[in-house]
Amino acid sequence: MNASVDEASLLNSLRAGDESAFVWLVEQYHATLVRLARLFVSDEPTAEELAQETWLAVLQGLERFQHRSSLKTWIFTILANKAKTRSQREKRTIAFSDLDDPASDSPTVDPDRFKPASEGVWAGHWVEGPIQWREIPEDSLLHDETMKVILQAIDLLPGTQRAVITLRDMQELSTDEVCNILGITETNQRVLLHRARAKVRQALEEYLQPEH
Amino acid sequence: MAELMTCKELVELVTEYIEGTLPYDVRMRVEQHLVGCEGCTNYVEQMRQTIQLTGQIREENLSPEQKDDLLKLFRDWKRA
Repeated sequence: MNASVDEASLLNSLRAGDESAFVWLVEQYHATLVRLARLFVSDEPTAEELAQETWLAVLQGLERFQHRSSLKTWIFTILANKAKTRSQREKRTIAFSDLDDPASDSPTVDPDRFKPASEGVWAGHWVEGPIQWREIPEDSLLHDETMKVILQAIDLLPGTQRAVITLRDMQELSTDEVCNILGITETNQRVLLHRARAKVRQALEEYLQPEH
Repeated sequence: MAELMTCKELVELVTEYIEGTLPYDVRMRVEQHLVGCEGCTNYVEQMRQTIQLTGQIREENLSPEQKDDLLKLFRDWKRA
């Protein structure tokens, strides 16, 4: 949740039927809900439908919402539960935790960037190490470009990695929350997060190298 | 002294290092390596920047159709 928005007053507004509060909320989370739903269902319209069902369940559950989790985590949990039910009904019985992540033990950095065994004591050390990125501009077109580079890299990730980095790093949920929502173990979560971050870093490295 | 960790090994431990989930002895070996290795120090810093930048992403705006659908849903709920 955006730190500048007080969750309690947002909830009060929603319960009172304040439309602008609802608009604010869907603008924050709808795109992310659709993105996550796409992991469980086969097409975009069904994902959109699931996200809408989630919003309806959120509205209907407002009175009962107990603050045991943040509003954001509660919304994502509802989506995940609905998505699982739906994918079972569609007879796509693959649990999220079974979704295969290809080559999950392969290196996350191109092995060619390290010296080969023939180099003796220097084997496994950088051929040419990463350098400091040029200053990342704030509030400018270039900053928007940087964000686009990250989003594109995330969109190219395998689904499970995409879900974990979306919830952990974009939505800033905790490890526990992410494990609960996705039904995965902490170890699995960490492996997926590691692979996802490594790929986003690589995309940024290509984009942010200082000009030669 | 335990054999020094290579850069190739270190990069696979970065997430656990940043998350603070490495066992103490491994963490010490990572830090020992970082003291003498500019490449890996930069790599860890780049990972931290990656996380920080990813946290700044705000997703694209809703399409007019999406917004209409959601407003209708809200108004129906309110009437009910």
